[in-house]
Amino acid sequence: MSSTATPTSNQDPRPQRSAGPVNELTAGQLPRWSRPVALAAAIVVSALIVLLIGWSWVGFAVIAALLFLIGYAVWAYVTEGYRHSLDTFWGTLVWLAFFLALVPLVSIIWTVVSVGGPTLIKPGFLVSDMAGVSGLQDAAAVKGTGPLMGGIGHALIGSLLITVAATIISVPIGLLTSIWLVEYSRGGWFTRTTTFLVDVMTGIPSIVAGLFAAGIMLTFFNWANNGVSGGKHIMGITAAIALSVLMIPVVVRTTEEMLRVVPNELREASYALGIRKWRTIFKVVIPTAISGIASGVTLAIARVIGETAPILVTAGVATSINWNLFSGWMMTLPVFIYRQLMNPTAPAAPQPSTDRAWGAALVLIIVVMLLNLIARLVAQRFAPKTSGR
Amino acid sequence: MSETTVTPPDAPGDLARRGAAGRASDRIFNGLTLGAGILIFVVLALVTLYLILQSIPAMTAAPDQISTKTSFWTYVAPLVVGTLIASLIALLVSTPVAVGVALFISHYAPARISKGVGYVIDLLAAIPSVVFGAWGFTVFGPGLVPAYRWLNENLGFIPIFGTPSTTGRTLLTASLVLAVMILPIITSQCREIFIQTPALHQEAALALGATKWDMIRASVFPFARNGIVSAIMLGLGRALGETMAVTLVLSRGALTPNLIGVGNNTIPAEIALNFPEAFGMRQSELIAAGLVLFIITFLVNMIARWIVGRYSEFSGAN
Repeated sequence: MSSTATPTSNQDPRPQRSAGPVNELTAGQLPRWSRPVALAAAIVVSALIVLLIGWSWVGFAVIAALLFLIGYAVWAYVTEGYRHSLDTFWGTLVWLAFFLALVPLVSIIWTVVSVGGPTLIKPGFLVSDMAGVSGLQDAAAVKGTGPLMGGIGHALIGSLLITVAATIISVPIGLLTSIWLVEYSRGGWFTRTTTFLVDVMTGIPSIVAGLFAAGIMLTFFNWANNGVSGGKHIMGITAAIALSVLMIPVVVRTTEEMLRVVPNELREASYALGIRKWRTIFKVVIPTAISGIASGVTLAIARVIGETAPILVTAGVATSINWNLFSGWMMTLPVFIYRQLMNPTAPAAPQPSTDRAWGAALVLIIVVMLLNLIARLVAQRFAPKTSGR
Repeated sequence: MSETTVTPPDAPGDLARRGAAGRASDRIFNGLTLGAGILIFVVLALVTLYLILQSIPAMTAAPDQISTKTSFWTYVAPLVVGTLIASLIALLVSTPVAVGVALFISHYAPARISKGVGYVIDLLAAIPSVVFGAWGFTVFGPGLVPAYRWLNENLGFIPIFGTPSTTGRTLLTASLVLAVMILPIITSQCREIFIQTPALHQEAALALGATKWDMIRASVFPFARNGIVSAIMLGLGRALGETMAVTLVLSRGALTPNLIGVGNNTIPAEIALNFPEAFGMRQSELIAAGLVLFIITFLVNMIARWIVGRYSEFSGAN
């Protein structure tokens, strides 16, 4: 982008001053090496200042950034004039904004890997559950007299089951809806309303989706059991319904986009051969768009697998493995992280719980990143050919 | 294309039977897809209806039935204010940085790395909110404690910098975590629009002797103004509904103007913390609070969509 906009090299993105009468006194430009020199000077001066008033990395970075921002702009003002110093100033700010945005990302990844990594490689962390792990064992682990007990096996299984169930519910609904929107609808009021509602659904706060699923199932069990549900509505499938409410709009949106880019000529060629519309959709339209649809669905899964709040209010919390989606409370990875941090197994010795939480966070991040990567690869590898063979 | 009708070939016997079956299958499939659309319709109607029905008891209840012994509106008002304050601070912090990062990707980064930078920012969007919460709870919050102490010592005369928290788990920390979470949303929206700025506009500005910043002010920002506003609104919608980060980070309490001490609460955090144990009137209260949140986010999202809609008409003319 920048290369098309400015006819200059990478080191010096400012446009050259070329046209106009050349004034010998102000025509000077900052030399090529001005930026690294200014940066180095700012770092050195900042290091000196921070050493004098007491070392801190944050203070050092902030002072260095401010010095570079102001110093470089002033230098530009002296050699190039007001307009160019303003340009330099804002250019530096844009770079600083980028580095500022990197700070939390690096900090999070670093924390997750450095704290969660050692926990993750503990034997049995991935397969054991929290049944029987009590404050006593955690206290022993802190003192060093016992190993770090417990694991995330139950949370992994819960996450897997609930996410798969949510996918099974939402993908057909989302796929069929978008097929209807693209292939069948003729732009009437119902089409407009559906599109509008999908938009509304995209904006539903996740906790509200959880409230809805929990409430619907509670109402159902109250009705089925004459007003006494006994908490039976808290189970995996309720959470799957809550996640579907969040997932369906994402699937509809991405699939709709993908179906719309399928060239009309393909459909017409199929019709010309006398093929039925539904077969055309199944044999021509969907296979053409399948890579986009698959990557959209994967991204939707990656989004809902990290949801915590709707699962907390629909599937509750559990300490042992539960394979049954239709009965009993269930744990998922995000809820596990939340519970371990907020309600440590041993309130007096929260360190083992924190370790387990970060171990689970590392697993969760790896899963989400993998899903994102898969989505990207699928979209690239199986993308329909745009050129002839 | 959808009007295209398929005429089955004229043939007796076998072919005709297959034609009839084909017509039926077409109709069935059409009905199936329509049914899915109607299902979405029904689900949303159910969500709204359910929230409203369950909220009515709390909204009309006498004050002594509500958990706080006040009317429902007195109960929910501080939560709404807390939610709005947290989201607005998040927006104030996030917007300039996000626009800066978007500009960096679209106009400042060397062409070779700008795509990679876009991926990195998308990475930030992929991190689950509970991990953001855990980070704010264990790393970011405690890290901010010295800053809060400094703010209180030097700017303590301003009410928002009251007695500092010793754990760093305050509304300001929660807002800053929210700011990090909505940054990738605003950035990716702005980036899309910045990239679409017509190259001719930019080159015309540069040809007139504009510096890069002059060019951005003269051609990129006017082109992208609506897009930036809608990106901000989408970020606001996300910040309002965000639950886990706030629940984990914030040490809850009554509404107070002090942003760096214990206190304040938001609707999502209130629901997430209390709903699992709630029943009867308390449950109704929380669902009513959820309804209030739903309405607020709905309005924000609608405004955003409306701006996007206006914007797309505008850009179509280009």
